[in-house]
Amino acid sequence: MLFTLSTTHQPATDLGFLLHKHPDRLHEISLPQGKALMFYPEATQERCTFALTLELDPVQLVRGSGQKGDAGLLDEYVNDRPYAVSSFLTVALGRALGTAFTGRSKDRQVLAETPIPLEVTLTPLPVRGAEDLPERLFKPLGYEVQIERHPLLAAQSTWGESPYITLTLTTTQRLQTVLEHLFVLIPVLDNRKHYYIGKAELEKLLRKGEAWLQQHPEKRLITERYLKYRKVLVQEALVRLADEAAIELEASSDCDLKQNLAEFELEKPLNLNELRLATVTQVLLEHGAERVLDLGCGEGRLLKSLLQQGQFNRIVGVDVSLRALEIAERRLHLDTLSEKQRERIELWQGALTYRDQRFAGFNALVLVEVIEHLEPDRLDALERVVFEFAHPELIVITTPNREFNARFPNLANGKLRHADHRFEWTRAEFQAWCERVATTYGYQVALSGIGETDPELGSVTQIGVFTL
Amino acid sequence: MKTISIPEFALVVLIGASGSGKSTFARQHFKPTEVVSSDVCRGLVADNENDQAATKPAFEVLHYLVEKRLEGRRLTVVDATNVRAEDRKSLIALAKKYYARTVAIILNPGQSVCIERNLARPDRQFGAHVVQNQTRTMKQGLFGLAREGFKHIYELRSEAEINAVSITRQRLWTDLRDETGPFDIIGDIHGCFDELHSLLQNLGYQVGEDAEGVYALPPAGRKLVLVGDLVDRGPKTPQVLRLVMRMVKAGQALCVLGNHEAKLLKWLRGKDVKLSHGLAQSAEQLNQETPEFRAEVAAFLDGLISHYVLDGGRLAVAHAGVKESMQARAAGAIKQFCMYGETTGETDEFGLPVRYPWAMDYRGSAKVVYGHTPMPQAEWLNNTICLDTGCVFGGKLTALRYPELELKSVPAQQVYCEPVRPLEALNVNLSAQQEDDDILHFADVSGKRLLETRLHRQVTIYAENAAVALEVMSRFAVNPRWLVYLPPTMAPTSTSSKADYLEYPSEAFSYYAQRGVSEVICEEKHMGSRAVMVVCRTAEVAQQRFGVTSGEIGVIYTRTGRHFFNDAKLTAAILERLNQAMQQAGLWEELHTDWACLDVEIMPWSAKASALIREQYAPVGAAARLSLQALSQALQKAAQRGVDLGTLTERVAERSAAVDQYGTAWAQYCWEVTSIEDLKIAPFHLLASEGAVHMDKTHTWHMTQLARLAEHDRLFHATAHLIVNLQDEAQVAAACTWWEQLTQQGSEGMVIKPANFIAYSNEQPIQPALKCRGKDYLRIIYGPEYDLPENLERLKKRGLSRKQSLAMREFSLGHEALHRFIDKEPLRRVHECVFGILALESEAVDPRL
Repeated sequence: MLFTLSTTHQPATDLGFLLHKHPDRLHEISLPQGKALMFYPEATQERCTFALTLELDPVQLVRGSGQKGDAGLLDEYVNDRPYAVSSFLTVALGRALGTAFTGRSKDRQVLAETPIPLEVTLTPLPVRGAEDLPERLFKPLGYEVQIERHPLLAAQSTWGESPYITLTLTTTQRLQTVLEHLFVLIPVLDNRKHYYIGKAELEKLLRKGEAWLQQHPEKRLITERYLKYRKVLVQEALVRLADEAAIELEASSDCDLKQNLAEFELEKPLNLNELRLATVTQVLLEHGAERVLDLGCGEGRLLKSLLQQGQFNRIVGVDVSLRALEIAERRLHLDTLSEKQRERIELWQGALTYRDQRFAGFNALVLVEVIEHLEPDRLDALERVVFEFAHPELIVITTPNREFNARFPNLANGKLRHADHRFEWTRAEFQAWCERVATTYGYQVALSGIGETDPELGSVTQIGVFTL
Repeated sequence: MKTISIPEFALVVLIGASGSGKSTFARQHFKPTEVVSSDVCRGLVADNENDQAATKPAFEVLHYLVEKRLEGRRLTVVDATNVRAEDRKSLIALAKKYYARTVAIILNPGQSVCIERNLARPDRQFGAHVVQNQTRTMKQGLFGLAREGFKHIYELRSEAEINAVSITRQRLWTDLRDETGPFDIIGDIHGCFDELHSLLQNLGYQVGEDAEGVYALPPAGRKLVLVGDLVDRGPKTPQVLRLVMRMVKAGQALCVLGNHEAKLLKWLRGKDVKLSHGLAQSAEQLNQETPEFRAEVAAFLDGLISHYVLDGGRLAVAHAGVKESMQARAAGAIKQFCMYGETTGETDEFGLPVRYPWAMDYRGSAKVVYGHTPMPQAEWLNNTICLDTGCVFGGKLTALRYPELELKSVPAQQVYCEPVRPLEALNVNLSAQQEDDDILHFADVSGKRLLETRLHRQVTIYAENAAVALEVMSRFAVNPRWLVYLPPTMAPTSTSSKADYLEYPSEAFSYYAQRGVSEVICEEKHMGSRAVMVVCRTAEVAQQRFGVTSGEIGVIYTRTGRHFFNDAKLTAAILERLNQAMQQAGLWEELHTDWACLDVEIMPWSAKASALIREQYAPVGAAARLSLQALSQALQKAAQRGVDLGTLTERVAERSAAVDQYGTAWAQYCWEVTSIEDLKIAPFHLLASEGAVHMDKTHTWHMTQLARLAEHDRLFHATAHLIVNLQDEAQVAAACTWWEQLTQQGSEGMVIKPANFIAYSNEQPIQPALKCRGKDYLRIIYGPEYDLPENLERLKKRGLSRKQSLAMREFSLGHEALHRFIDKEPLRRVHECVFGILALESEAVDPRL
């Protein structure tokens, strides 16, 4: 990648003094994963440009350095890290221009404290799916933003555009301020930090953003992305930035997070998830359930609600995803729960399409927003596992009402609410399925809705309560 | 000298006061591992064999050890005082649970002897009153031992008696493991003598009549086995009994006890029994026989036992079935189970007891052959088969030839008895096994598992890998009934010794040459996506053979078991084309099959990998291009200014060249697919068809058969290949040249395989294939600049042994899965292999290999 910094403040060659790099030489410093090379493509009285490029070691990037905490990028063994503008660049900038970051200059201190016309270019900068982000980030900070797009393939236009841009920023500010902006916002633009995000990163963010982050309209997005959505850190950062609205982000894996976020955002104004959990908990309470099996418990939201009710003396959450179970374990604080509480709850890995002896002996079983994650041709296995073999006195099933999707302004017509939904049923479809299954396995079923209800389209979520 | 006879499998409880010599006795008569001692257990939990404070945990350990040994059907001796009934109760309960016979041996050398012995031991200074109390308690309890549940009780009343005793072990009657057959096993006869007569003839028995009556001489070495219910309902019960009794007596037959025999015996003994369920017919017929014959019958019936375990434990025969935990053991509960099976306690609409389908849960290694429940067809279910095909109800009389596993039957000559419940198939479309297979069990795939394969010993699947596979399998895989195979991973050839190559064919050739392979085949490696195609001639075949009722005729899935195409219509269209091509090529007829499983490569790469290309490969190329372009422009300017840039400019030029080559490396594997006609499918293995796994053939056979598909449909493509004799240097050199040409034209590379699908070296199977990838193709794997000298040098240091081991294990499991499928084994047995491959895939191996 190439980073350039130009000024037309005269004499422009004073830039060399501000950066502590002589314009007529090639400079080189070594970095953990390679080296940074610096030189000046132009250096006249009128205009002076500093350029920095990284030569990262592709073999080491993939393999890891062998040091602790550096596992390498073997999962994506071909990746753009050696070429794209990324957090590697911010690390290099920090090391190469350390003094400039502090706002000091041995020979031009006054200039260092003076706003001067500066132009920054970054190329190729990845902006996956957020082309307007550079403007949202830099405009409020007083930059003029110019974007040049590039095709994915050099010769072929049929493949469309690449996710990379050349970003040009022009402004008149102190050099130190510009460097601080870049230090925070380059990783935010790339959204893929290569190093561990811990408390130190939080401090760094607050220090570099001290003067401007609090007023920035994209404060939340910057914080979330900079701290890689690590809930605890993000919350602390926002609190320290005096943000009143606490946020509701969960520490999920990136991919799931994005999908879950999409569904969450969609349904959020309705506060649907909480309503759903409250409804299911209420149904279980009313039916006198004591031993409850939560199949497809995911990250344990319902379990947490059940744990608060003394009536449930045995609560078991089952999910096929080990990752989800880990998160549930943390959410429920299983390791620090009192012994009495700990005895009430268990988490198991299991699958809905395999018969499981452990599922017997519960008097209630719930499937909250689960069945739609199964291929339709595997539903018959779930039916037998749940209704025939587990065969509890009470079964509660919730699933989206497809008809209601028309009411989501951000959901394209015919699209499903979650990328992993294999189907979503209309009320008639859900009813037909419920009635067939109930008849086959000797249950009575009562159907209703949860959440906002449209007179024609029905409720957001459908619920079926099966009893023996 | 007194001899004590104990069953070979029993729980032996030694009873005696401290100092009575139990440990010495145990040492003399039993193996050290057979003895579980309370003192030793005290030592295990408290470092002190005499620590009375540790009694509770010590006995918990003792009980645990006893339980584990009995579970494994091992004779176990409990060396503890056991003087109180309370102490013995829990041991008796364990013996009951595991159907172990119970033996009590009381050691009573006299109180004074015990006291004296304890005095001589410095660690047992607890005073005489202890022994006195123990002896008193023991004596009080002796009368109750039989009531407590001990079957064999021996009391040794003096030191002399204790010293003189010898112990012999007796095999259990149910244990006929040394009888290896071959056998002819016949289902419920119920007095149908005429049908038995003709079935025996069909089985090759020499049937005739002499002065003693009817005889049937088995073919050489064979033995008849009867699953019970010889009597009642039918017209000729005495004749059946006469023949069977004669054959059993002559050692030509074995017979187990059926519930009808048990009831008949009661009647013969004059007990008040209701003459229902066909007993009336037997009574009437037997009343016309002599009292001597009736007495003979009673003696015979009395001697019948619950079940037999035969042929080294590989076969078990019982009337209504026998669970694994009961086999070759003896107990009242086992007898009940063997006669009646398990019932749920409910009755059905015909007033008959609802039977619990124990066979559905059966996971034992012994085949269980039984009768009792009339079925329209004898069918295997989880390694068990019911041979009662309702002859007396107008069905047929069925025999199973073992070990051939052939079924033979003769139809009933008439309906002798109207069945209470109509003798109809519950589901005529799906077999019993498929019905049961409708659901797979979590316990059959979870946790650490050892899978036996016929090719490569055991393959271990670790719990953490199984856990990962469970998620993939249950969330993303196709219907498990279709999933009869998953392709193994393939190792690359060893790293090349040539300076500017990472891989070159020479190393693959020497791998095989060193292992005694004289001929290999080189097949062009298509750059598409691997897929498995299962295709049936009709949807009916799919239902009968695979149990799939969706109406699909087949499936196309990826190497992780997912649907290859998201578009069901496209999949169906491709499968129909394959079906037609198989038909036109005459392969259905030639292979005597109506289904087949193929290993194929589907092109273009972009058809499956478009997301990967669009989101990963292409962007990397774009980023590299943009980055280096911007850099060289900036460098040019600096150079014009006269800045000394050293070798940087040349280096950037070199990197740019590599990046350009990367751009073209993958682009040619991509083209747009708007219809089926834009696809290319190259089948390269005809893996299996009915009754055959074709891994016993040469690759030339596979290439030849599959090329015939290409002749009939342009969707299918033959694979370019070359046979190489490894002893002929010219042929080897030509093959290297061929590879160079292929890869220079943009091909991915080639796969080198031994001429035979499965090749061995020192009786161990060797790698079934090695891939050798082209120089430019490897840019996609190792990055655009992998072949710059400083990178290549480091990349050459790569270890292949894990990858090779993984490839071998996965290959063995795939081979095993197909064999089990063609052997019509239960789905779970096929599924566990396929599941295992998926689990192995989550082992950490460098994905670039």
